[in-house]
Amino acid sequence: MANSVKKNSPISETSEWTFELIEKYHAEIERIAGDFGLSTYPVQLEIITAEQMMDAYSSVGMPVGYSHWTFGKEFVNTEKNYKRGQMGLAYEIVINSDPCIAYLMEENSMPMQALVIAHAAYGHNSFFKNNYLFTTWTSADSIIDYLLFAKNYIAKCETRYGEEAVENILDSCHALKNFGVDRYKRPPTLSMQEEQNRQQERADYLQSQVNELWRTIPDKDPDGKDAAPPRYPSEPQENILYFIEKHAPLLEPWQREIVRIVRKISQYFYPQRQTQVMNEGWATFWHYTILNQLYDEGLCTDGFMMEFLQSHTNVVAQPGFDSEYYSGINPYALGFNMMTDIRRICEQPTDEDKEWFPDIANTDWNETMHFAMKNFKDESFIGQYLSPKLMRDFKLFAITDDDRNRKIQVSAIHDSNGYQNVRSTLSEQYNLGSNEPNIQVYNVDAKGNRSLTLRHTQHLRRPLDKSAYEVIKHVARLWGFDVKLESVDANEKVVKTFECSPPKH
Amino acid sequence: MAQIVDRRLNGKNKSAVNRQKFLRRFRKQIKKSIENVISERSVTDLDKGEKISIPKKDTSEPFFHHGQGGHRDMVHPGNKEFHQGDTIPRPQGGGQSGGQGDGSEASDSGEGEDDFIFELSREEFLQFFFEDLELPNLVKTKLSTIIETKKVRAGHTSEGIPSNINVVRSLTGAMGRRMALRGPYKKELKKIDAELNDLLKRHDESDPVIIDLRERIHYLKNKIKRIPFIDSFDLRYDNRIDHPVPTTQAVMFCIMDVSGSMGREEKDIAKRFFMLLYLFLTRTYEKIQIVFISHHTVASEVDEETFFYSRETGGTVVSSALKLMASIIQDRYSSNDWNIYAAQASDGDNWHNDSKMCIDLLNKNIMPFVQYYSYIEITPDQHQNLWDEYTHIQSGWDNFAMKKIEKIADIYPVFRKLFEKRDA
Repeated sequence: MANSVKKNSPISETSEWTFELIEKYHAEIERIAGDFGLSTYPVQLEIITAEQMMDAYSSVGMPVGYSHWTFGKEFVNTEKNYKRGQMGLAYEIVINSDPCIAYLMEENSMPMQALVIAHAAYGHNSFFKNNYLFTTWTSADSIIDYLLFAKNYIAKCETRYGEEAVENILDSCHALKNFGVDRYKRPPTLSMQEEQNRQQERADYLQSQVNELWRTIPDKDPDGKDAAPPRYPSEPQENILYFIEKHAPLLEPWQREIVRIVRKISQYFYPQRQTQVMNEGWATFWHYTILNQLYDEGLCTDGFMMEFLQSHTNVVAQPGFDSEYYSGINPYALGFNMMTDIRRICEQPTDEDKEWFPDIANTDWNETMHFAMKNFKDESFIGQYLSPKLMRDFKLFAITDDDRNRKIQVSAIHDSNGYQNVRSTLSEQYNLGSNEPNIQVYNVDAKGNRSLTLRHTQHLRRPLDKSAYEVIKHVARLWGFDVKLESVDANEKVVKTFECSPPKH
Repeated sequence: MAQIVDRRLNGKNKSAVNRQKFLRRFRKQIKKSIENVISERSVTDLDKGEKISIPKKDTSEPFFHHGQGGHRDMVHPGNKEFHQGDTIPRPQGGGQSGGQGDGSEASDSGEGEDDFIFELSREEFLQFFFEDLELPNLVKTKLSTIIETKKVRAGHTSEGIPSNINVVRSLTGAMGRRMALRGPYKKELKKIDAELNDLLKRHDESDPVIIDLRERIHYLKNKIKRIPFIDSFDLRYDNRIDHPVPTTQAVMFCIMDVSGSMGREEKDIAKRFFMLLYLFLTRTYEKIQIVFISHHTVASEVDEETFFYSRETGGTVVSSALKLMASIIQDRYSSNDWNIYAAQASDGDNWHNDSKMCIDLLNKNIMPFVQYYSYIEITPDQHQNLWDEYTHIQSGWDNFAMKKIEKIADIYPVFRKLFEKRDA
């Protein structure tokens, strides 16, 4: 590594890129990444135009996706912003697949291409391959196949059942897509071949299963009716889409399959939503480290470095809460600084660090960072590694906004009294479990009007937004019978109810 | 080693389908927005793309999330003066409820905008603009006298131009000819070969019979060799012939009053109306002829440019225009062959003795020949004398329609009324 620095001549002098240059830079970046021990999927770099980037951008970065108006809306929006010059295009999109696909935009200069290669093709790539959430929840080798299957299946449904019918189902599923995730059960891997083989079989089977819930054969023991009827499901179910897929009485087999597709895809994105800070921090740390190594070895020019640093600095900028540019904590900034900070703690710990992080001070930084990358998500990563120094650097402060008080209270700041509090509050802020309302399938009135009851358990007395009513409409469409959503407070008392009947046909 | 793929040549319009779906879903809102837009546009601008805004709440997709209230802890960066225990008044509007997972999906295109704004391309704009409109009563009065023809394939010929050579056919033919011509020689050659082999077992090379046979073999081989690989006789050409296609022809007369009584505003409205009509026609009907007639006391046939952009003054004699139209119909568009349409715009003001003449002209020389005649009166006031006279025509003829336009905003609705699709 750095100890064997030899003077090389720079790979290129101008900022124009060519295929040969990309290959050369890539070869060097690959070598350096290997020296640092990054383990990655094979890399596939794809050169695309700005228009294609907009396409990719509006389909959540997926190379193939089923068609739906919401992606059209996204596209129209992206296009507008891009044309007005309000927004530079995201210069990197990378796909968690094997091989790992990273897009390079043709308009970019050579330093930017190198930055993207290091950031996406090595940073994100190694994160996808090694982080426990990704290895547990996603299967990189088959996702593209599955997306293709989904696209074709939905297109087929559109021809057979009409675009509007398909759109309705998709709209309803999208409204629930954050509630289509198993948080604790590992999902089976996806593969197109298998999916296609099993799809028909599953459709038939499911249709027969649904009836189980609506069995009309009389109970063997009709006398037992004085006891309260058992709830169904006996335990609340957190995966609402899954419950609907398996139990909604009136859905056609193809509709169930679409519910399943939306559920599977949202499952695939679930780890990304939980590791934003870490993932971006890791990738940013490595593009910074790798390109600096390139420079140290004399493989790139000063101009190259200037352009790279300017872009890097923009990416990791964190405006203060009172700035007009403030829109929450920048995951790139927090992530990059935490990663850099871990390296600092390993290499040059202060007394404070030794007290706070006795287990990592003076250890091998690369090993420690790899351990952190593999075994944490944002919530636990911040809880474990956010150091007092960083809290001071960011000038973090925690506030408490309680609707019972007239004013907002500053509950902790970056001082010795507040470090623990700030850190745990920030960690909690990245806990999807408490950010999203806790809504579960509570009961189905199997003996009566077949209505479905969802239960929202309030966390810290936070109410549901009014828009919940709109979502309930979608649930009713899928369920086919009345749907009720109860909001219960900490004492299990129902404080608010949303109700909706399905649309009449 | 990485794989580098150049995808730039792949289609860029992957999102086109989704974009269409989006437009289809919000048709109603987009149409409404277009209606608002049209009244604000200048004549020359009509033919462009447009920025469309539709209410954001219509395009938002609902999902379960927390509302205001309850207990919340948040961390923000950039503390300057706060100490633990300080209190801050709650910001108005609540906004910025912070938290990463909170608003990222809710505000998908910048905060604070109530409308979702985007651009329609010119094509899309006009598509929405003229949706569900058509020329009424368009019938095939007579299959066109100008025979439209279309080239269709009709097998192959042995004569033609080099660019039409059908290579496969020609070569197959050549191969067949070669096989056919070679056949007899090959047969003989085979026989002689067998004979020669037989003789060679008993005689040596100097035997005269053998020499003869050798010569014969040489001769035959030469014959085979001389069969040409390809002959002009082999060439085949793709044949295309003209096939008549039935078409209908239509002509649209645009008659506009440019006299002094039409104020600037009225003229502007008339021009907008005709501009719409013109766009509608040129967009929907490829094979339509348009005749522009502008008149004050005298009428003249003008070109598009003059029609829309020239300024004139003078009195008004509507019949002059109708006369001109009638004579043009007679000269150029005998109504057996043509579908004839007319649209007239005026402020309704006419030299008072003239209106009777107009009725006469219309009844005798125009209405029997036209498919549809629409009249718009542009005036904010009471109906003028021309309107009253025209009401007689309306009661007499099915294919006559009249409407009044008071202000710019009326143009589009009236236009739609006049040309809306009717069920046959």
